[in-house]
Amino acid sequence: MNFIRIYGLFLRHFYLITRSFPRILDLIYWPSIQITLWGFISNFFASHSTYYNNAVGVILTCAILYDFLFRTSIGFNMLFLEEIWSRNFTNLFIAPIKIGEIIISLVLTALIRALIGLIPAILLTSPLFGISLLDLGVHLFLLFLSLYIFGITLGIFVSAGLLRFGPSFENIAWSTMFLLAPFGCIYYPVEILPEFFQKIAYSLPLVYIFEEARSILIDQTVNYENIINAFYFNGIYLLIAISLFYYSFGQARKKGTLINIGE
Amino acid sequence: MENLVEVKNLKKNYGSKEAVKGISFNIKENEILGLLGPNGSGKTTTIGMMLGLLKPSNGEILIDGKKIEENRIETLQKINFISPYIELPKKLTVRQNLIVYCRLYNVLDIKSRIEYLVEKLRLEDLLNRVTGELSSGQKNRASLAKALINNPTVLFLDEPTASLDPEIGDFVRSFLENYKKEKKISILLASHNMSEVTRLCKTVLMMKDGIIIDKGHPEELIKKHGRKNLEEVFLKLSRSSNELY
Repeated sequence: MNFIRIYGLFLRHFYLITRSFPRILDLIYWPSIQITLWGFISNFFASHSTYYNNAVGVILTCAILYDFLFRTSIGFNMLFLEEIWSRNFTNLFIAPIKIGEIIISLVLTALIRALIGLIPAILLTSPLFGISLLDLGVHLFLLFLSLYIFGITLGIFVSAGLLRFGPSFENIAWSTMFLLAPFGCIYYPVEILPEFFQKIAYSLPLVYIFEEARSILIDQTVNYENIINAFYFNGIYLLIAISLFYYSFGQARKKGTLINIGE
Repeated sequence: MENLVEVKNLKKNYGSKEAVKGISFNIKENEILGLLGPNGSGKTTTIGMMLGLLKPSNGEILIDGKKIEENRIETLQKINFISPYIELPKKLTVRQNLIVYCRLYNVLDIKSRIEYLVEKLRLEDLLNRVTGELSSGQKNRASLAKALINNPTVLFLDEPTASLDPEIGDFVRSFLENYKKEKKISILLASHNMSEVTRLCKTVLMMKDGIIIDKGHPEELIKKHGRKNLEEVFLKLSRSSNELY
């Protein structure tokens, strides 16, 4: 691993973000709108639901966690798509940068992009709705880490598709999170799902993360089994995603996609 | 002079279609080799394999004695590429783009490398301008600076003066001639501009349907085929059957 090259690719996206105020605004705008919207819905449910009446911030906290996942995943895809849109793809792939270095650089940049959007949104929740994410305690870090890994994993899966199939895969990049959201049980317990869907949900790390968030906020109990399961599935999916990315790169070199995307 | 680039029996198949059918050639140190051929003749595929963007179906490419397939990163450190079909990130300034590529190519003294290229390519007034707002000629010079950022020993040029006005085109050609002499680098030039090829190249390869149908010095080819200039030779070979000359 060469950290200068990793930093170089990070710098390319850092310059892009910091040069454009509308880009920064765009990163902040959607999470803030999302959090505000769910904040009001959360307030409504808190006063009209027996399930949520002891935990005003459950829905809002889950909304913030989901948004972090969404921003991380989309952020990773955006970084990759940016190279295609700017016709810089060939320049990047003829530079002496390893696939692992590209992944690490995009992983770090995606985190920064997600945090730029999320931190202002989190800061809004306290004065507007009297809710603090810190209620999740030290476990908050574990949940965020788990979501971050899964967000990155989805980003790598989609980028592997972009590498292999080219820009025609772009629509999939936008729809992945919406496809998985129902199985993630973000706003409702997993028992709500039909039995077959529950099996799918239990094979994803998301359900364990959001079940754990609700467990802490509603029942005030920490279930480490959920956290361990989330990391376990994350590890498996991340390994598969990275392997697929390498495989797609090999296939792209074999089938000529790298040249077709680049021009 | 030693061969900096060796291409041996290079083949590329896409399924049942043979895009490149076992070509071999060398590029010597301090040489510009012209690669000519009609669209679809296999030039881009050949360059793609030499840049490591495509995996050859057969054969091998050695850059400075190292096989690119086995030493991809090490080889990419020594080569670079410019084409009007690829661009630098448009939203970044020229300076930012050059800094990014200095990092990607592990250039140690970034400041002096950029200063050197800025002076050579007359980029002083463009450094702090956003790349996407530059004219074609200015973008071309910025891309050329990026292509030389790592002080390459082998440079691949795909129609480097396409869409440039005659004055800037001439500046780029003169620059390449002088830079090659100064640094003794090898250049592979793919171009449809026959006067450019005649001026810059000592050896020209004519490709058609994935094979090299003829090669030689531009003047020799003109004489051999009984034509007035290289363009006429190109037309003759393009319209003929795949006869080897």
